[in-house]
Amino acid sequence: MSIAIRRVTKRFGDYVALDNVSLAIASGSLTALLGPSGSGKSTLLRVVAGLEQPDEGGVSIHGEEATGLAPQERGVGMVFQHYAAFKHMSVRDNVAFALTIRKRPRAEIRERVGELLKLVQLEGFADRYPSQLSGGQRQRMALARALAAEPRVLLLDEPFGALDARVRKELRAWLRRLHEEVPVTTVLVTHDQEEAMEVADRVAVMNEGQIEQTGKPRDLYEHPANEFVMSFVGPANRLGEAWIRPTISRSASGPTERPWKQWWSASSTSGSKSAPS
Amino acid sequence: MRARLGLRVAALGYLALLLVLPLGMVFWRTFQHGLGPVWDAATAPNSLHALWLTVLIALIAVPANTVFGVVCALVIVRGRFGGKTLLNALVDLPFALSPVVVGLSLYLVYARTGWLGSWLIDHGIAVIFALPGMILATIFVSLPFVVREVVPVLREIGTEQEQAAWTLGASPLTAFRRVTLPAIRWGITYGVVLTTARAIGEFGAVSVVSGNIAGRTETLTLHVQERFQSFDLTGAYTASVELAVLALLTLLVMTVIRKEGPRVDSDSPGDEALR
Repeated sequence: MSIAIRRVTKRFGDYVALDNVSLAIASGSLTALLGPSGSGKSTLLRVVAGLEQPDEGGVSIHGEEATGLAPQERGVGMVFQHYAAFKHMSVRDNVAFALTIRKRPRAEIRERVGELLKLVQLEGFADRYPSQLSGGQRQRMALARALAAEPRVLLLDEPFGALDARVRKELRAWLRRLHEEVPVTTVLVTHDQEEAMEVADRVAVMNEGQIEQTGKPRDLYEHPANEFVMSFVGPANRLGEAWIRPTISRSASGPTERPWKQWWSASSTSGSKSAPS
Repeated sequence: MRARLGLRVAALGYLALLLVLPLGMVFWRTFQHGLGPVWDAATAPNSLHALWLTVLIALIAVPANTVFGVVCALVIVRGRFGGKTLLNALVDLPFALSPVVVGLSLYLVYARTGWLGSWLIDHGIAVIFALPGMILATIFVSLPFVVREVVPVLREIGTEQEQAAWTLGASPLTAFRRVTLPAIRWGITYGVVLTTARAIGEFGAVSVVSGNIAGRTETLTLHVQERFQSFDLTGAYTASVELAVLALLTLLVMTVIRKEGPRVDSDSPGDEALR
């Protein structure tokens, strides 16, 4: 296991943000923490990053106990919803930050930054400042910055939440491809079910500080553990006391495929190979 | 069109009557009889000492208030404790209090008869009628500027950039130095300029605690008054011009720094507010 979260509880005053949460995340996987706002998913991510200390329970990363460690010592890379770009630095200096403070040789930094900028398709933008980039470009810069120090774990906190719908879809597909190129264990926090289902290998559905169900996207759709998961993941209608999936085959043209796939491939752009903006 | 012209005339006329005309008069009167008397007045020992003292006090008070101001702003914005509102209000006290009252309160504490003063004087440290008291008074009256300029900028930038720096391996100190400090530098610059101007121009508080001993505890502002009261108008005007030049230099330095300053990070709201 790459990340093991053991019975973590976190309170803010009287408010219980995380209630006895346990979760195991496999090495090299891309796991989504999916839930409505206030479900505790971001807090859980911040506990893994070391930006919040749990009141109870612990976290280990790659078999090492990480509970008491500062964020600097965890070998994590983090991407924030609002980019957290260093506005006074050029794109090059932003990406180089982790290497610069580690006092790596200049030639090595230059080479690594070049590689990373290529990876996130920002080669021509090294001398620009974050304010001269679009939202999607800023977020890709933030991703390159987080990857610079070769983290063991990549944590993405609503990375596409501040972007418009079209760019969000492009970046999703791009992130999926990136993960295949750079298979670092990745945890993605999102409130967007479509995003979780399309990008992640595994999804943990969270609600009110607890994990409702963990599984492959398809399993969550086909075998929701409870009403919450059923209503939150994919379309569902209430019929008397029960929730049911609408029968998609009726409205879909062409031969009936697995309904879970139809539901979200209708809005996905995984086929697009163009560079995201 | 006519209304706009009227507004412009009113604004410029207001400035002319209150600022340009009196200041121009001082310059004109100073150099009325040529450079000779001005040079003599400026190089008189008491005058030179007053200039030196003013600069010295500013050199101590401004860095002190800059460091304190940044720390205080950090505490106000990021701290989580009960007395925060009180601290926030206390910082503004020097704005609200008349400088003379500041001077008097320092006198009450640090003079020979004050409850800390007697102990200090027994140990050979004179505060009142000496340099330490004048520095204290100047620090007191110029305390809020850096805090007030930095607090809104700190609020605006939030803590995300710093946290990002932590996850990238930067120690809290490195993160502060490389990420937070550059982000708040315009707030600090503006605060420093205001602090400097206030420190150089302070009269009331320093007047009470200094004792106005010519050649010893007389700053430029006190020197202006002393010369004026001795009917040495040239001396008073000369010292006034020196003060004005110091103020202009401060403004010039800021203008230069600003020109070099915000390169392209134009969407940073902190910078926007200061432009």
